[in-house]
Amino acid sequence: MSNTELEIVVDDPTAPEENSPAVVSTGAVDVIVSLLLLALALVLGWDNWRTGASWDSTGPQPGYFPFYLSVILGAASLYGLGAAFVSRREAAETFVTRAQLRRVMAVFVPTFLFCVATQYLGLYVASFLLIAGFMRLVGKIALWKSLLTAFVFTAAMFVTFDIAFDVIMPKGPLEAAFGY
Amino acid sequence: MEAFGLLLHGFAVLLTWKTLLLMMVGLVLGIFVGVLPGLGGPNGVAILLPLTFTMDPTSAIVMLSCIYWGALFGGAITSILFNIPGEAWSVATTFDGYPMAQQGRAAEALTAAFTSSFIGSLVAVLLITFLAPMISSFALKFGPPEFFAVYLLTFCSFVGLGREAKHKTVISMSLGLLLAGVGMDTVSGQLRMTFGSAELLRGINFLVAVIGLFGISEILLTMEERLALRGHAASISLRVVLSVWKDLPKYWVTLLRSSVIGCWLGITPGGAIAASFMGYNLAKRFAKDQESFGKGRIEGVFAPETAAHASGTAALLPMLALGIPGSGTAAILLGGLMVWGLNPGPLLFVEHKDFVWGLIASMYLGNVVGLVLVLTTVPIFASILRVPFAAVAPMIVVSCAIGAYAIQNAMFDIWLMLGFGVVGYVFKKIGIPLAPFTLALVLGSRAEDAFRLSMIGSGGDMKVFWSNGLVGTITTLAIVLLFWPVIDRAFAGVARLVRPAKA
Repeated sequence: MSNTELEIVVDDPTAPEENSPAVVSTGAVDVIVSLLLLALALVLGWDNWRTGASWDSTGPQPGYFPFYLSVILGAASLYGLGAAFVSRREAAETFVTRAQLRRVMAVFVPTFLFCVATQYLGLYVASFLLIAGFMRLVGKIALWKSLLTAFVFTAAMFVTFDIAFDVIMPKGPLEAAFGY
Repeated sequence: MEAFGLLLHGFAVLLTWKTLLLMMVGLVLGIFVGVLPGLGGPNGVAILLPLTFTMDPTSAIVMLSCIYWGALFGGAITSILFNIPGEAWSVATTFDGYPMAQQGRAAEALTAAFTSSFIGSLVAVLLITFLAPMISSFALKFGPPEFFAVYLLTFCSFVGLGREAKHKTVISMSLGLLLAGVGMDTVSGQLRMTFGSAELLRGINFLVAVIGLFGISEILLTMEERLALRGHAASISLRVVLSVWKDLPKYWVTLLRSSVIGCWLGITPGGAIAASFMGYNLAKRFAKDQESFGKGRIEGVFAPETAAHASGTAALLPMLALGIPGSGTAAILLGGLMVWGLNPGPLLFVEHKDFVWGLIASMYLGNVVGLVLVLTTVPIFASILRVPFAAVAPMIVVSCAIGAYAIQNAMFDIWLMLGFGVVGYVFKKIGIPLAPFTLALVLGSRAEDAFRLSMIGSGGDMKVFWSNGLVGTITTLAIVLLFWPVIDRAFAGVARLVRPAKA
């Protein structure tokens, strides 16, 4: 190996452990998803039947096309349900381990809170809170770096979208105080 | 050559400072998302799509396609330097690319990857330049039954030829088609599947779904994995580039073979993943010393990269000529076209000449500019990986939310995006493919309209799909493809019965 080359090494201190216990198996999730899809197919099928899924003088009624799609979706999920029960090998595979789930939740929960905050505080305030909070709490990055990055990114987004390109984002009390 | 004159006109449209600048920005952003772990072609395009909403269509599509090229180039960087394929189609590149980097030949491998991507795309763009206008002028004669037959062919070939479990492809596709129908029915004006909700009246926007399915779910998936990495930094000197290029003619057979495979699989929905593996395997099979593959052989980089890029580019051909995307990314680009009020399909070549030829010209220019850009800036992009994911992840979430909101100025869409993010995460983990869903969602209402118009025209007679030679052939082909696995097995069974001794 030539000595002029640098190595790039990035560590991941909060990586999920390899031997973490499984929370749920792929087979179980397969069954749940199939059941949910089946329920969806029934609901949509019923709604389309109500709208009218047969023929009238002009051709197919509005519900015709989606009604038969619901039938196909229902049949495919039923098949999936059966297949999930038959294949035991796949069923035992891990869907997600506890450590992995913790990490996924570490992104999902902040994202969810971000959506809530966007609804009440506006997108820019929410975005500042999300980036700063996530970097500090999940990434364990120095506070000043987190705040600075969050501020610069949010300001750049504001200038790009609201000012330069006139793409109006949801706003809250803070922007109102500044007259936007 | 008419195409040639129009292409020159396209170049004239493009050669303004503003467009060139947009191309550079698009390429840089594309390489950026391509290099980031877990993000690649379709995700990058989906996340960055909102940036283009305020531009005129030509600039927007130029920038989007450059993001796409950039993401394709970027995927090669991580495959070779870090042994992390950014996308499934770069997996084959790691087989020989990473060993080369370990032997200190990273610069050579990168040059080979970029050059062969360039060649693959170029072949596919040439194909598009000359074939797309012909196909689209042929398709101008299509009526609703023909169009429905072509849509049917696309859906059926996904089910029949896809490698995922058949019922999962069917689930994904019918769900996409159903969700496309939510909201106001375009023919009768009646409401469907809205359940009295005012928010659902607008329907489920394709781009909102895509941003959730590809953007948010990808972040969730990436977090599951160990994000530590170790790799090689490399800079490319002009001397290495020239020495690789000098050897290029020696590998013309490999390059040509991979280009042809790529173009073919790109147009049919086989996709770039299959193309890259096929390109690699065939190069290996035809090589004299097969053992040297996997140990850092430059041909092992040329073959998959050429095929993957030829395929990724060729996927745009059916999108431009017929309005049917050949890949997930092409479907997202198609969704973009609709945002700007352009109706993809054969009429595009007649009604929006400037746009189409500008786009095709931008494929040429984007590839040339991209090649120069990646060759000169590899060290910078490799160090992007040092940026902690904890800083990148929330920024991507914010960009996704901005994108989802900007499409219809609706807070509801942000929630919808979050919902689709969870759906995408679960679907990817249990093996329900997302590409058929994307395709069905974008084509759904047009497929239904075509079906209903042909039914109204024929008075409800299904025989309309076999009413003339053309539509009959397409419909029959669609049904054959749908049952292809069964037919294939039947043929194999018959063959075994006929020649039992040889089996």
